[in-house]
Amino acid sequence: MTDVNLAQALNGALDTALGSDDRVVLLGEDIGRTGGVFRITDDLQAKYGDDRVFDTPVAESGIVGAAFGMAVAGMRPVAEIQFMGFSYPAYDQVINHVARIRNRSNHRFTSPLVIRIPYGGGIGAAEHHSESMETIYAHIPGLKVVVPSTPYDARGLLLAAIEDPDPVVFLEPIRLYRAVKEEIPEIYYTVDIGPVKVESEGDDVTLISWGAMMKETRAAARQMRDRGISVEVVDVRTLVPLDRSGIVRSVEKTGRAVIVHEAPLTGGFGAEIAATIQENCLYTLLAPVERVAGDDTVFPLKRSESHYLPSVERIVASAEKTLEN
Amino acid sequence: MFAFVNSDGTVRDRLPVTLEEMKSLYADMVEARTYDTKSMAMQRQGRLATYAPFHGQEAAQIGAAAALSEGDWVAGTYRDAALNWRAGYSWRLLILGRTGDERGGEVPDDVNILPPSITVGGHMIHAVGLAWAEKLNGSHRIALTSFGDGATSEGDFHEAMNFAAVYQTPTVFLCQNNGYAISYPTWEQTKSETIAAKAGAYGMPGVRVDGNDVVAVLVAVREAADRARRGEGPSLIEAVTYRVGPHTTADDPTRYRDDEEAESWAGRDPLLRVRLLLEKAGGWDETWQSELESTSSDVIEEAVEWAERVPEPTREEMLSRMFAPEDG
Repeated sequence: MTDVNLAQALNGALDTALGSDDRVVLLGEDIGRTGGVFRITDDLQAKYGDDRVFDTPVAESGIVGAAFGMAVAGMRPVAEIQFMGFSYPAYDQVINHVARIRNRSNHRFTSPLVIRIPYGGGIGAAEHHSESMETIYAHIPGLKVVVPSTPYDARGLLLAAIEDPDPVVFLEPIRLYRAVKEEIPEIYYTVDIGPVKVESEGDDVTLISWGAMMKETRAAARQMRDRGISVEVVDVRTLVPLDRSGIVRSVEKTGRAVIVHEAPLTGGFGAEIAATIQENCLYTLLAPVERVAGDDTVFPLKRSESHYLPSVERIVASAEKTLEN
Repeated sequence: MFAFVNSDGTVRDRLPVTLEEMKSLYADMVEARTYDTKSMAMQRQGRLATYAPFHGQEAAQIGAAAALSEGDWVAGTYRDAALNWRAGYSWRLLILGRTGDERGGEVPDDVNILPPSITVGGHMIHAVGLAWAEKLNGSHRIALTSFGDGATSEGDFHEAMNFAAVYQTPTVFLCQNNGYAISYPTWEQTKSETIAAKAGAYGMPGVRVDGNDVVAVLVAVREAADRARRGEGPSLIEAVTYRVGPHTTADDPTRYRDDEEAESWAGRDPLLRVRLLLEKAGGWDETWQSELESTSSDVIEEAVEWAERVPEPTREEMLSRMFAPEDG
């Protein structure tokens, strides 16, 4: 066991993957010499060589497109995009080729690659550096979308993503990189891509979230528990494939649901979850489903971040609203 | 411009291919043209989805494919059926694909040809990744990507060329400059003197060849492939040719070019010059021509009948192609 934060867990997972599978290569901007803008690939080029860990030209479409070709030829590339806002130049590759080659070739060619994308705000970064556009990836058929929120899951899900026979967009919550710490095993283990995790059980209301907003969601649950409310917390962890039954099971039990995400409200992934709850839990719901989300605005710069980011208070207020019924 | 065979069948230089090889290249071009002609007709009959003809580009495609070795990767476009076929993609599967069936992309395991890319620029970088993987694995396979003049205006062209040069991947970039990006002429969409000239900016060799001369294309691609196999990195080949037909069956070229232009290219036909050359060398006669045409026609007919007998895909099949089948 080792006590690590989420960033260190990811670094350890990549280390383990490089050490255990020759087909694994890493490519991305500044990931070699400097270990990446968030140091997730720290020391890996020194350890495994510059024919396993590649610094690339500043060209996201090229990074993903080349990784795609490598994957089709049998390798297991892990591509790093520096920030979510820089993933858009590669969107054509992702939507038109990465997610489709299995379909286009009726399973003859596949693209088992992982695209790691740090996402989310709260660190006062420049424009384009704080996006939470997970929905635009979750909407693409043929892609899996994973969002860990703990060091244990980060390691296990990343190793599962690298093993996965299909492409995985692996979203890393920037705000949590160094904000959560726990003891995790150093051995090779995977966490299944798919199932939600019921982090804490309760009977009165279910808080559903993923990635970066898990921090505020957990804090809201603690506050409410202190006031005697029994809160269940569900970490979705995987947007695609979505564990609909795991969510339904929890909401059937509590009868109330609050979905929390950092992405803009309209068309956000919360809408898909709310629809799932409505379709399956109509007769057990005790209150309308609440969504606590980012505003329908461009993600703001530093001085307005607090206006945008869903707060613990907003989550608690929404949960209390469901409890009025 | 690099060339061996003139449009009248005379030869500029000593031919680096034997008479038998020449006959074989000619036979392949006849078969490819038969496929193209039949495909146009079948689309008009409603038996094929939209079709993009390669009429006039047979030499560029057959010559390039003939320079490849078994196991080499090919990443081409919707207009590359002749290239794909000569490299190992069966007519049956090509036709199945064009009837509007994803199963047409399921080439056999020993065929490393990606299903035709419908977007014009995105696939070039794939040939960089494919070749890069082969290089890292220490194999001698290379990857060839084929694209049009229009694709060189895409940002993806830049990224692919740059990556290939930076990592010295064994990639051959084959641009079939057929004069038009749908309606937009090559000379309007770039101020580079030639497309081959763009290679210099990336630090790789670029060569401009007569794309209607099957020998010139064969030799140029073979040299590029050999260089790639020796670990000397990528090359760009600009095969200057002409799209005699429309962009696709949905296009009307009379809106953007006059008939005289297309007719002037008829004299530069890639099949005609080889036929004239062979005739002079005593390697062609009417009987052989009829045999070639009739055999090709039979082969294509058989492939069409095969494709049309493939049962309609089920809804379950459509749903099952997104991810790997669940393990046992």
